[in-house]
Amino acid sequence: MRSRIVLVQLLVTCLFFVLVGRLWQVQVVDGDRYARAASADHERHVVVQPVRGRIVDDRGRPLVRNRTAMTISIDRTVLTRLPDGGREVLGRLARLLGTSREEIETRIRPCDGPARKDCWAGSPYQPIPVAEAVDEKIAFQIVERPDRYPGVVAEPQPVRDYPNGELAAHVLGYVAPDDRSPGQSAPVGRDGLEAVYDAELRGTPGGRRLVVDAAGRVVRTLSEQPATPGATLVTSIDSRIQRASERALKRAVEKARGRGRPADQAAAVVLDARTGRVVALAALPTYDPTVWVGGIDPDEYARLTSKEGGPLLSRAIQGQWAPGSTWKVTSVAAAVADGRPLHGSYPCPGHYRVGDRDFRNFRGIGYGHISLRRALEVSCDTIFYRFAYEMWRENPRRHPMVKMARAFGFGRPTGVDLPGEAAGHLPKGDWELPGYAANFAIGQGEVLVTPLQLARAYAALANGGKVFAPRIAKRIVAADGRVLREVKPPVEGRLPISRRALEYIRAGLRDVTRSGTAAGAFAGFPLDEHPIAGKTGTAEVFGKEDTSWFASFDKRYAVVVMVAQGGGGGETAAPAAAEIWKAIHRVGGR
Amino acid sequence: MRRVLRALDWRICVPALVLCTAGVVLVWSSTRTAIHDTGAYLTRQVGYGLAGLALMAALATVSRWSLRAWSVPAYLVACLGLAAVLTPLGVTVNGSRSWLGIGGLQFQPSEPAKLALVLALAAVLGSPSADAPGLPGRPAARLPAALGVAAVPVGLVMLQPDLGTALILAAITAGMLVIAGTPWRWLALLAAAAAGAGALAWWLDLLKPHQVERLLTFADPSADPQGSGYNAVQALQTVGSGGILGRGLFRGDQTGGHFVPEQHTDFIFTVAGEELGFAGATLLLVLLWGILWRGLGIAARAASPYERLVAGGIVCWLAVQSAINVGMVLGLAPIVGVPLPLLSYGGSATLTCLAAAGILMSVRADRRPVPALSLAAR
Repeated sequence: MRSRIVLVQLLVTCLFFVLVGRLWQVQVVDGDRYARAASADHERHVVVQPVRGRIVDDRGRPLVRNRTAMTISIDRTVLTRLPDGGREVLGRLARLLGTSREEIETRIRPCDGPARKDCWAGSPYQPIPVAEAVDEKIAFQIVERPDRYPGVVAEPQPVRDYPNGELAAHVLGYVAPDDRSPGQSAPVGRDGLEAVYDAELRGTPGGRRLVVDAAGRVVRTLSEQPATPGATLVTSIDSRIQRASERALKRAVEKARGRGRPADQAAAVVLDARTGRVVALAALPTYDPTVWVGGIDPDEYARLTSKEGGPLLSRAIQGQWAPGSTWKVTSVAAAVADGRPLHGSYPCPGHYRVGDRDFRNFRGIGYGHISLRRALEVSCDTIFYRFAYEMWRENPRRHPMVKMARAFGFGRPTGVDLPGEAAGHLPKGDWELPGYAANFAIGQGEVLVTPLQLARAYAALANGGKVFAPRIAKRIVAADGRVLREVKPPVEGRLPISRRALEYIRAGLRDVTRSGTAAGAFAGFPLDEHPIAGKTGTAEVFGKEDTSWFASFDKRYAVVVMVAQGGGGGETAAPAAAEIWKAIHRVGGR
Repeated sequence: MRRVLRALDWRICVPALVLCTAGVVLVWSSTRTAIHDTGAYLTRQVGYGLAGLALMAALATVSRWSLRAWSVPAYLVACLGLAAVLTPLGVTVNGSRSWLGIGGLQFQPSEPAKLALVLALAAVLGSPSADAPGLPGRPAARLPAALGVAAVPVGLVMLQPDLGTALILAAITAGMLVIAGTPWRWLALLAAAAAGAGALAWWLDLLKPHQVERLLTFADPSADPQGSGYNAVQALQTVGSGGILGRGLFRGDQTGGHFVPEQHTDFIFTVAGEELGFAGATLLLVLLWGILWRGLGIAARAASPYERLVAGGIVCWLAVQSAINVGMVLGLAPIVGVPLPLLSYGGSATLTCLAAAGILMSVRADRRPVPALSLAAR
């Protein structure tokens, strides 16, 4: 019996050696591996989204800011512990939000693969937003009845706020959830300045490392890194002039429609000619950017993006039209650069024959022998037909007028800090028939420009020849007030015209508002005090009404107005431009 | 009072006291973040510990004669208790009908049944033929008698069903048969029969689904980490993240987060592993081993076969129960619900274990040889 006790002693001791050995293996040898696995189970990383930066005008008036709105989120860890997996709660929530339970379930289903739109790619332990910018009355039903909505969280979250409504909608752009990682990050800028300066506006997300218990409840915070709020974008937009420009456009369109013109699209551009900064950039049709807040509904999106007249397109930088007679400044410059005397006298007959075709002045009116100034003032066509024809004969492979147009910055994007800018169109200038050259000389036919391109060309006339890449952003200021970056419009090129020729053209264009094609529009404007140089344009479009243009400038600003299918330049665009000029110089009733 | 102090064996007392205290602290830590009645577990376990220590001290002074006299009644009462569990008096917890609800108190008769079985088997296997006229004297006849005595509580426990306790009762029987000097041939035969019975049970699907699941999960815990393997996986992660020195008491995130179900009862060792580390957990194991070693020493020097069997049986019971409990936490044994002696939360288990410690001490204190035997020997 004694020996049996010894045997049991041995066995018991061995047993404990085995246990201690296994303990060593689990805790010391494999301890790190188990500790990592344990951390993965009880540590959660929650992203703290930064507040997006504001966009302000040149006086610091907000164009886009943030407001807090109620966001409805769902905490899946709570929901899954409900007896029916939360079906009843989701159904109730769907009725409250006016959607379907299936829709909410889709949004909160965790992605088991690559991030897609119809699932949640974020952390399953983070409340998943299912409705943003919800009406407060609805949100408070959830806040006040937590027993009816377990696992549903309604809390204030910052959303974009547009204090001026539709003002400068195309410039500002909008934010929308990131398609590449829905739920992972804050909404990203998808158009306009919001897109171009997204990196600066977005800020840096912070993070919180949390310890949770087995049920997903937060036990304590391990570490916290606060989010860095996004920087403020200071623009050169003057919201007063922007508002005036938009109002002038609307009024011009209404008036043109009153005269029976379709006037379906319009744009206005105000540049600071000395600096190349954009002061106002307006386009019609426009839209209310608040439709994006809280997620756009599909019908609204379809309306915004319809091919014909989709209001998301900014006509000021994305629309392209033949420039009509506003183009003649490039033709004059080309003629002078090509060696024609600046102060010469040139015939302006009613008709001019180019090759085998007869080209007519407007209504076939002739003016006899006139100066180049007068040609701009009365918008004589035949002078330019002759120039184009002569140049074509001398230089049929590379037409000098096309070269000059390129020097004015046409045929390529201006490089403005907005996305999706159109390049316009310039022909190569190796026409086989002289008729093309003749048409080109008066801004018809193959040439297409955006309103912004035309504005920067006229700004170059105003500032002595500097062709800028325009900029809307002025500077980027961190939330703590530090200036992170100054934005200066780069000079892209210079007009190859002599100072004398430039001054001559300017003088000619000043006559346009006094006694020329825009005299009617500027009647009553204090031109002595604020001399405005300008040029009307009436571009013919096949099968449509004429495009109405007015391009103008003074010492400081360049203003371009375009109304598609708006009729004559003096009739529709010039009065709108005059209204903008009045706002700039604070003359008149307002 | 002096009698009590003399009866107490510090080599059992001290480790038992340390383990009880450690148990109280670990139960406190494991329930510190409980949603309901945070402090209730702590106060209750303190109460159980104090009651158990009092019981231990009382039993330490019991003479061998009274112990022996109480063996059979204790066994009968235990069997009655186990039977009562199966009546409407029983309460089902975690799928097993192991509890008796009396008034507001809940009681687990299978815990004292272990001790009662030890006493009863000692009475059967250790009785000199002269002492117990009613029982067969020769070892050949004792074996079936012992098996019969063991079969009743094992059967009743299996009906609950409580596989873990049944295993421990079987192990107690086997261990005591070994200590009693049963010839190895018979033991081999018994082992073969047990294996055969086990295989038959498996073959005939006699086990409950959740028991089968536990056994399968033991073979591969990662097969279903969210389901039946969850407990095993989380237990290993919790113990493993303790490292050598542990996270510090009350600072284990796995424990604080209640990742291991039943961490205050059957899985209390995970709390020790995470918060006290390899050093602390090993110390607890060494203390347990120390009690067992001392128990075997007492058994070796016991005055009579009965007492030797009592001490040896208690050691076998505590050793097997500790090994199964720690083994299941460390992934060496399938998950069966058995508490860790002296450490796990629970009144029945704490009281029974401390009572066992008291009986060990009483065996030691009463070392004078049995008069009849000594006479015979001289």
